[in-house]
Amino acid sequence: MPSDYLPILMFMMVATAFGMGALILGEIFRIKRSYPEKLMPYESGNPPVGEPRMRFSVKFYIIAMLFVVFDVEAVFLYPWAIVFDKIGFYAFIEMIIFIVILFVGYIYAWKKEAFTWD
Amino acid sequence: MNDILQSFIGLGSSNPMIKMGIDVVIILVKIAIVVAIALLHVAYATYFERKVMARMQVRIGPTEVGPIGLFQPFADGIKLFFKEDIIPANADKPIFYLSPVIFFAAALTSLAVLPFFKGFVIADINVGLLFLFAMSSIGAYGIVMSGWSSDSKFAFLGGLRSASQVISYEIAMGLSLVGVMIMAGSLNLSDIVTAQHRYPTGMFVIPQFLGFFVFIIAALAETNRLPFDLPEAESELVAGYFTEYSGFRFAMFFLGEYTGMLIMSSIVSLCFLGGWTIPRFVTDILPFLSYVPGIIWFLMKVYAVMFFYYWVRSTFPRYRYDQLMSIGWKLLIPLALFNIVITGIAKAFAKGLL
Repeated sequence: MPSDYLPILMFMMVATAFGMGALILGEIFRIKRSYPEKLMPYESGNPPVGEPRMRFSVKFYIIAMLFVVFDVEAVFLYPWAIVFDKIGFYAFIEMIIFIVILFVGYIYAWKKEAFTWD
Repeated sequence: MNDILQSFIGLGSSNPMIKMGIDVVIILVKIAIVVAIALLHVAYATYFERKVMARMQVRIGPTEVGPIGLFQPFADGIKLFFKEDIIPANADKPIFYLSPVIFFAAALTSLAVLPFFKGFVIADINVGLLFLFAMSSIGAYGIVMSGWSSDSKFAFLGGLRSASQVISYEIAMGLSLVGVMIMAGSLNLSDIVTAQHRYPTGMFVIPQFLGFFVFIIAALAETNRLPFDLPEAESELVAGYFTEYSGFRFAMFFLGEYTGMLIMSSIVSLCFLGGWTIPRFVTDILPFLSYVPGIIWFLMKVYAVMFFYYWVRSTFPRYRYDQLMSIGWKLLIPLALFNIVITGIAKAFAKGLL
């Protein structure tokens, strides 16, 4: 029922309004005493060196790609788990095969050292 | 609950517009109650943590503000509210403004689907558990956005680390609950609790101990708690993604993190420890326990899990980042998959499918 989701939408709005409201209300009471040194990014008291948004390890990208694969797998497993009682033996074996295929991919990723950080 | 409020507001009008208006007001009242009580619990979770950790380190913790330091959370809140709000000159301002709100709102919205006791839930949707996962993913957006927009190397690295940590452990967390779903046959949290009450052991933690183990470790990593608090490791990254935040914006990250902890503890309590129910074999021996209200059981379980969080925090040193990743990918995911297969086979046997 879509109407079941109305409270969630309202809750989202209340939570966002609460956050925004507290920040805007605080704006009135807060002290504001800033000078250029205070507005510099923190780098242990030294003037910042170089670009803050620097190059980073490609490993993060690989993790992001693997996440997509495995999260979709998990999402496929949910409906199967819910209707487990009703679908019978055939679907059960089918899902075991699905998990085995994914496990082969998982071992491949492991052997390619996608999970190894050094 | 709804009927009482309806009769209190009165009239039982036949006009559909007025009826809908009354429904909306009732929902708003419920939301206000839940948010107020939850934030009070979050505030006292910080106090509880400081007290517990202090005792474990042979200190006594906060004592000055109010009797045995009981007003400490409010003093902290008021202090942070009046603090100056510093925004770095080169920061990406709109994103910098928005990210604490997103982080906080996502954590708070998760409360909408949690059943606190029998029949009290704001949105009784049939994909409650999936919604909780969705909200914890949206929280990761707040973290990444704050790390990116801060224009600081520490914040940037903290945001990156946190993003890949949260998504890595989310897989293990999602898979660890599939066993519970197979046993309960539902994603609705109230149905999961009811299914546990029907089950002989009364709690899914006994048949699903593997899933429980994976979930509780993944929950520590998901909420950036020690020993997996690499995104905010103070010896390496100062404060991680919220290094540049101050005042009430910092407080929102803090509140969001503790709300996240409260939510994770609630999920453990609802999916593995039986929520507001107690096992039937306990009430068979001690029948008077069934008169204790469900909310008391629920809160006791939640605080037991919270205590476990604090206990872990004061016991274990922090992992290295490569260790963190190998625990998540090489240990927890295979364990969770193994748990799914075992649970599936056991259930198929019980149903006579095999």
